[in-house]
Amino acid sequence: MMRNHKLTELNEQAVQYIAVGAAVLGTGGGGDPHIGKLMAMEAIRKYGPVRVISPEDLEDDALVVPISMIGAPTVMNEKIPSIQQMIKPLDMIEKELGRKVSAIMPIEVGGGNSLVPVITAAERNIPIVDADAMGRAFPESQMVTFYLDGIDCSPITMADERGNGVLMHAIDGVWEERMARAVTIQMGGSASICDYPVTGAQVKKSAIPHTLTLAYEIGKTLFESKELKQNPIEMLLKQLNGYALFQGKAVDIRRRTEGGFTRGEAIFEGTDAKKGRTMTLFFQNEFLLATEDGHSIAITPDLISVLDQDTGMPITTENLKYGARVSVVGFPCDPKWRSPKGLETVGPQYFGYDAPYVPIEQLAAEKGGAE
Amino acid sequence: MSHTNVDNMEEIYRIGIDVGGTNTDAALLDSKLNTIHTIKVHTTRDVNEGITESIRRLLAESSVNPAQIRHAMLGTTHCTNAIVERKHLGKVGLIRIGAPATTAVPPLADWDDTLKATVCPHAYVVHGGYEYDGRTIVEMDEEEILDCFLKMKGEVEAVAICGVFSPVNTSQEKRVEELAKQILGTDMPVTLSHEIGSIGLLERENASLLNGALLNVIAGVVKGFEEALHTYGIDASLYICQNDGTLMYSEYALRYPILTIACGPTNSIRGAAHLSGLNDALVVDIGGTTTDIGVLMQGFPRQSSAAVEIGGIRTNFRMPDILSIGIGGGTIVRLDETQDQVTVGPDSVGYELLKRGLIFGGDTLTATDVAVKLNRYEWKDAQTEALDELICKRADEIITRDIEEAIDRMKTSSDSVDVILVGGGSILVADKLEGVARIVRPDHYDAANAIGAALGEVSGETERIYSLDEMSYDEAKEDARSHAIEQAVLAGADRDTVQIVLSEDIPIAYLPGNALLVKVKAAGRL
Repeated sequence: MMRNHKLTELNEQAVQYIAVGAAVLGTGGGGDPHIGKLMAMEAIRKYGPVRVISPEDLEDDALVVPISMIGAPTVMNEKIPSIQQMIKPLDMIEKELGRKVSAIMPIEVGGGNSLVPVITAAERNIPIVDADAMGRAFPESQMVTFYLDGIDCSPITMADERGNGVLMHAIDGVWEERMARAVTIQMGGSASICDYPVTGAQVKKSAIPHTLTLAYEIGKTLFESKELKQNPIEMLLKQLNGYALFQGKAVDIRRRTEGGFTRGEAIFEGTDAKKGRTMTLFFQNEFLLATEDGHSIAITPDLISVLDQDTGMPITTENLKYGARVSVVGFPCDPKWRSPKGLETVGPQYFGYDAPYVPIEQLAAEKGGAE
Repeated sequence: MSHTNVDNMEEIYRIGIDVGGTNTDAALLDSKLNTIHTIKVHTTRDVNEGITESIRRLLAESSVNPAQIRHAMLGTTHCTNAIVERKHLGKVGLIRIGAPATTAVPPLADWDDTLKATVCPHAYVVHGGYEYDGRTIVEMDEEEILDCFLKMKGEVEAVAICGVFSPVNTSQEKRVEELAKQILGTDMPVTLSHEIGSIGLLERENASLLNGALLNVIAGVVKGFEEALHTYGIDASLYICQNDGTLMYSEYALRYPILTIACGPTNSIRGAAHLSGLNDALVVDIGGTTTDIGVLMQGFPRQSSAAVEIGGIRTNFRMPDILSIGIGGGTIVRLDETQDQVTVGPDSVGYELLKRGLIFGGDTLTATDVAVKLNRYEWKDAQTEALDELICKRADEIITRDIEEAIDRMKTSSDSVDVILVGGGSILVADKLEGVARIVRPDHYDAANAIGAALGEVSGETERIYSLDEMSYDEAKEDARSHAIEQAVLAGADRDTVQIVLSEDIPIAYLPGNALLVKVKAAGRL
């Protein structure tokens, strides 16, 4: 992947780019980064730009703490967090572990949570790590690379806007997911959370590096292609080693709620080169499986993003509507997700889909390079 | 269809006026909603002059007795223009009921500094707000709120109040309104956010602020309209068009001016439905400079589901789903001789068409010239001989293709749809279009927007989060439906004619109890 430079500082401009890039990496889920963007920009205005530290520059024994929001994006867009609420879980972790935090990191780089750590980092004047534990967005707490590597998720701290705080010890990410979700509900459907406090060495071993830079570059490409009057989708595919999966129009979207998640299918009729073909996207908050005329063309944990055909701007599962003209693109996930434990955690079977996982490169090759 | 009704002294008439960027259209309808007469005049710099002129001509040409006109409806772009041009906006004081939540993003965070200073000199975040299920986050502190109003005293012309999850529980916003009136006087206009927008705090807050800023503008509109009607002896109930295709009493419009934004396209869609008798179709409205395409669903315009920016400000109140392309009757056609390429638009001669179009003896080749040259439309004394037929044919191909593409974009399936063509520029379109089952060109097509304005449906809405653990899906929908119907009746709709015109539900992810956001709208005739 081409990278012009590594990010060293987050200013308001960088935040705007990352918000768009994070929506692409959010693969339709992870919440609208708009609120995250506004919170981060406000924090930068108030406290100044935030330093970015590359994972390789972390001291091995540095304490790094991810912070994110947990709950319903709809709730967070209404009951916007407070700055105090973004500090409290960190204070609680420091108290519990008896040491200071060296750096903050995003738990996921997809969707709204990509920019949530900026607020904490800005207020505490500590750097943010250019890495995350998903390389995209996933819906559940155990769906992080730290879990794959057996890293302890505890202590876990959560806070609401009233000043309530909860300290939890969970035996693993799956239990964290259950307990944190229950606490979130009592906190009004949206809460701040620190989990998987890690060392610099663990970040180097286990996190997916340079994903903030990646989100930044994606956003920059989409913005600049507009100015340069170039096709944003082509530029993006080149940048991400991605695959143009489909061009078409949303003709049917079926949503239902199951166990607190929005699941459903979106059906697209092909246009241009795909005229006469039908693609179905299966989603549970994120787009997880794409089939063309019944055959898989991309499967979770590989990334599937739906982009507006004209602007290249990403469209979330919640905002997808009838008649939308889209380009659907796919790109390979981080290799960590393709390990047996990775596929067990976030593969198609976990989400209840019948299709076996086949890497997107292989699916594209099997189609015989007809594209 | 035009006929005089001088001997029909029992009939009661209604007048509809739609002010557009180029033209002000007016229509006179009888009580059975038959169109009696229509008028088109230029929109004037002082918009009220055009309105007055259209009423004068409508009365003169139809010979209807002004005393028999009992309803008068106005659709106008005044408010849209005020925001875009940032003129005539009033000063608004804002109370956000949210602390200690919401403080990570202060009010007006994404507004530009000039507009911020113009519109909102006082913005405060006070303690309070609700959870998604209506529980209190924290209690309000009334002293704190009274103190904010004391600071605003004498410095604001209106107040906007926006509380966290106020669409779910309206009590706190209503209480703060009482406190505002206590300090700022009972005449102080107050906008409550739950009456303006839906879930999404910042967007609803923005919409409420803009609403407050537009109160002066709408007051001028209503006053001008009243005066114009009085000048000609019309004593009618006044209604203002909303952007969902329904009306509001002028007293209601004086409180909710933001709901008038983008009512022009919806008036066209409603008018097209009425004139064609179709309930589900695409409406293609071709004016002098643009073509607006909207979707008619069960007789009403389809709403856009995305957040909408008005003058650069993100809001979330409902807006029609409209696709606009730069093709109209005045669109300029050019031949690039070096590349032997014909281009169409995007610029237009606009209202100067009758002066500048080649067939009228002018100097510019326009889309209208092309349509007349190709015998799509007859124009008396049109000078078509000098026009190059080949260039016209090539321009026509481009125009047809652009319109076909835009139609396809708005379709919801690949099935052919019916298209209703309205607007003065609809003569540009051939009788056959790809992907279109039928093209309907109704009578009075060029005044569909004014007719749409005159139709007079009023509506009511519900937006609530239901927990499907406590009731079935059908019970939730039924509760929302009956609430929307009651709201429509309260707004003046005849109960017997009220029907559900929009019903959608969105599951809310990550919440327990299978939470479902349900939106329902009902509408009926006056």
